[in-house]
Amino acid sequence: MKNICLYFQLHQPVKLRRYRFFDIGNDHYYYDDYANESNINKLAHTCYLPTNRILLDLIKRYKGKFSVAFSISGTLLDQLKIYAPEVIDSFKALADTKQVEFLAETSAHSLISLRYPDEFKRQIAEQVKTIEETFGQVPTVFRNTELIYSDWIGENVAQMGFKGMLAEGAKQVLGWKSPNYLYCNSIEPRLKVLLRNYHMSDDIALRFGNQSWASWPLTADKFKGWLDGISDEEEVVNLFMNYETFGVNQSKESGIFEFLKALPEAVLNDKQYAFTTPSKAISKLQPISAIQEPTPTCWVDEERDVTAWLGNEMQNEAFDKLYTLTEYIQKCNDAAILKDWQYLQASDHFYYMGTKFFANGSNRAYNNPYQTPYEAFINFMNILADFAQRVKNSVACDESAEVAKLKETVKKQQAELEKLEKQLVKAGVEPKKPAAKKTTKATAEKKPATKKTTATKKK
Amino acid sequence: MKVLMFGWEFPPHISGGLGTACYGITRGMASIPDLDVLFVVPKAFGDEDKSKVEDIIGANNISVKNKKLRMSHLSKTLEYIEVDSKLVPYVDPEDYYRLRSLNVGEDFRFLQTDGEGKFSFTGKYGSTLLQEIHNYAIVANIIAQEHTFDVIHAHDWLTYPAGIAAKEATGKPLVIHVHATDFDRSGGSVNPVVFDIEKRGMEAADKIITVSNLTRSIVIEKYGIPAEKVVTVYNAVDPLKQEMTNYAPKGINEKIVTFLGRITMQKGPEYFIEAAHKVLQKMDNVRFVMAGSGDMMEKMIRRAASLKIMDRFHFTGFLRGQDVYSMLHMSDLYVMPSVSEPFGISPLEAMQSNVPVLISYQSGVAEILTYAIKTDYWDVDAMADAMYAVLNYPALGEVFAKYGKEEVDSLQWENSARKMKSVYDSVVYK
Repeated sequence: MKNICLYFQLHQPVKLRRYRFFDIGNDHYYYDDYANESNINKLAHTCYLPTNRILLDLIKRYKGKFSVAFSISGTLLDQLKIYAPEVIDSFKALADTKQVEFLAETSAHSLISLRYPDEFKRQIAEQVKTIEETFGQVPTVFRNTELIYSDWIGENVAQMGFKGMLAEGAKQVLGWKSPNYLYCNSIEPRLKVLLRNYHMSDDIALRFGNQSWASWPLTADKFKGWLDGISDEEEVVNLFMNYETFGVNQSKESGIFEFLKALPEAVLNDKQYAFTTPSKAISKLQPISAIQEPTPTCWVDEERDVTAWLGNEMQNEAFDKLYTLTEYIQKCNDAAILKDWQYLQASDHFYYMGTKFFANGSNRAYNNPYQTPYEAFINFMNILADFAQRVKNSVACDESAEVAKLKETVKKQQAELEKLEKQLVKAGVEPKKPAAKKTTKATAEKKPATKKTTATKKK
Repeated sequence: MKVLMFGWEFPPHISGGLGTACYGITRGMASIPDLDVLFVVPKAFGDEDKSKVEDIIGANNISVKNKKLRMSHLSKTLEYIEVDSKLVPYVDPEDYYRLRSLNVGEDFRFLQTDGEGKFSFTGKYGSTLLQEIHNYAIVANIIAQEHTFDVIHAHDWLTYPAGIAAKEATGKPLVIHVHATDFDRSGGSVNPVVFDIEKRGMEAADKIITVSNLTRSIVIEKYGIPAEKVVTVYNAVDPLKQEMTNYAPKGINEKIVTFLGRITMQKGPEYFIEAAHKVLQKMDNVRFVMAGSGDMMEKMIRRAASLKIMDRFHFTGFLRGQDVYSMLHMSDLYVMPSVSEPFGISPLEAMQSNVPVLISYQSGVAEILTYAIKTDYWDVDAMADAMYAVLNYPALGEVFAKYGKEEVDSLQWENSARKMKSVYDSVVYK
């Protein structure tokens, strides 16, 4: 029995406007509303809505035999709510069929997993809550930004109680091994790992419409033939791709929608195949071995490493300077600031600063709003300068209020101590030696300080 | 006395130092009663009304347009001739080739930034820069024959051949004005073709005006020109216009140190970054701004990023018009660490805005300024030291700002123009 596991990633960054040095401290709005609205509307009409419609039809037609999985970043959900709420409704309709699984990720589609486990977990928790509220499902499988995975990240994810995680079936990790089995994390074997079959996934996502490709045109039957070529012992073929594959990366005219419509029939006619979702695959299959990934891998670029986002001094500088704010953010309660914090962390902002392959990154990402990586960097750093100032001011305000509160408690406690001591004297008990008295006072003073640290931790 | 001047377009069309200086000089000269200027500029004709352009040279197909300009606050008019030529200041043969090769069709119009601003080009280019200079000289020869004047004045090397041609056509004395030499632009590794044109211009000239003694000594030493032929006349600066004082608000409650200029080797941007890094080790309520663009900008961004100071170091890109004055207005210190600057008008503009300035000894303007902090461009420690002092001991900055303003207000183009007039006198009535 071979399982086909279809999973689609959905994420769009909130694009930043041209933010000049003169804006720092004067203007706290960072986004290009026009670009964002037109981007989301375009995607909704060329990809999200038509593909959702097809998937809904397929699920209804194959009654329980066809299923897919999605992850939708919190940042995209926010934008859909504003610009295209009908898309959210159509995802809700998919969720209601019970054949669609929503995976967890970081709400910000951030690179936080590489550095700060605490903030990483906070962002996951936030996203889990959003998914539950929107689609009525509690995700049990985790998918990190752009499929970034390492043993250590897996360990952090396992600590949060997830049963499984998706990762890239990167050549340098697998070697001779096949991605078509269930693996587990090498530190926390309870966490199962599903590896992307990049060859077959990219046949659809990258090569489908390429007319100079030897296998063009790709049909569902041809694809099924390739599946048949996989040896019978192999258990699960993980086809993970961007949702924009349908209608954007592969245009409507390429026939991608017809391919999607025909695929379930071609596959399900053969009884040895079944569609599955990550959580079903994990409960059904036994892991064949642990997978060792000491350094992070992802699904981007030939190298499948994180240098697309953290590969030059500009990207590292922007990343480091952004995350030095983490300690302030943890004390911050301002909702507007926390939203900006989420949007600024999107991995895309770092991707635009990349200088890999070509000194000029203009031909890199789809939808890249910047002419050069340097421009992307400068714009981001200007915004960050303004944002850092706001964060620090807001925390300073909060802190002085907190200090005042704590002083109040100290006063109260002192008064109480004195009262109790007087009672002691009245009761005829000698107050202890002055030295001892001092220590009690000292502990009384210390107390608020310890209280404060626990208070901040709680946040 | 009438001067045939081969100059450059006025600001705001071209915002480099050369255009600014030409404007200042003609303005200064307008204040001298018996001095008239016939001003010739290269200008690529674009979407203007072609019918007004007299086509005077069929063979080269170069059009020339006569204009009369009213000087804003003077009763005089300036005779102004625009020549259809794609010469722009600061280009060298390689730049020119690049500009030319970018141009695909006759009607194709594009904007090209050379670091100082955007220049629009239209139509066909001469096959090489040298061809273009040559064509310009032919036009100059004909203009010279059609007008009467007493002396020829040519600004910077691209117009020297035109000056020579005019001199050959009429026998009138030639004064060339050296705003920069190729030694300044290239940092020592001169382009032999450019050097040759410069040297021929200097040799053909009856008198040479240099913008500082620093440049004067380069002309004497590197080009082998007799010292008595070379005279220094310092530049000046236009008074601040009222409309330039409508500043953007300063949103930051921190000190700002500004570098404003082309980000090229000549301007020493890397020393500014290194000094900024040193200052940031000692204090943190300061931001550094590098305003401008240029061929070294990307390298500088990477350097600042690898020093990990990009949270306090900002690149604004090229600033124009009002933004320049807003930037100066919010600055607490202006720094010009030029490696080789023949003059350098921009610190004077900073001083007009009441900003203390830190300049390198290797800039011509250092010769005339008393109320400016001066260090060697390479002495990053001294530069950092001076920055720290101005930022932390407010009295120091106040002194420089106050007396610097007085000092710069006394530098007037009228004075420079009078000195040029005496240079003309020395060649006309010898």
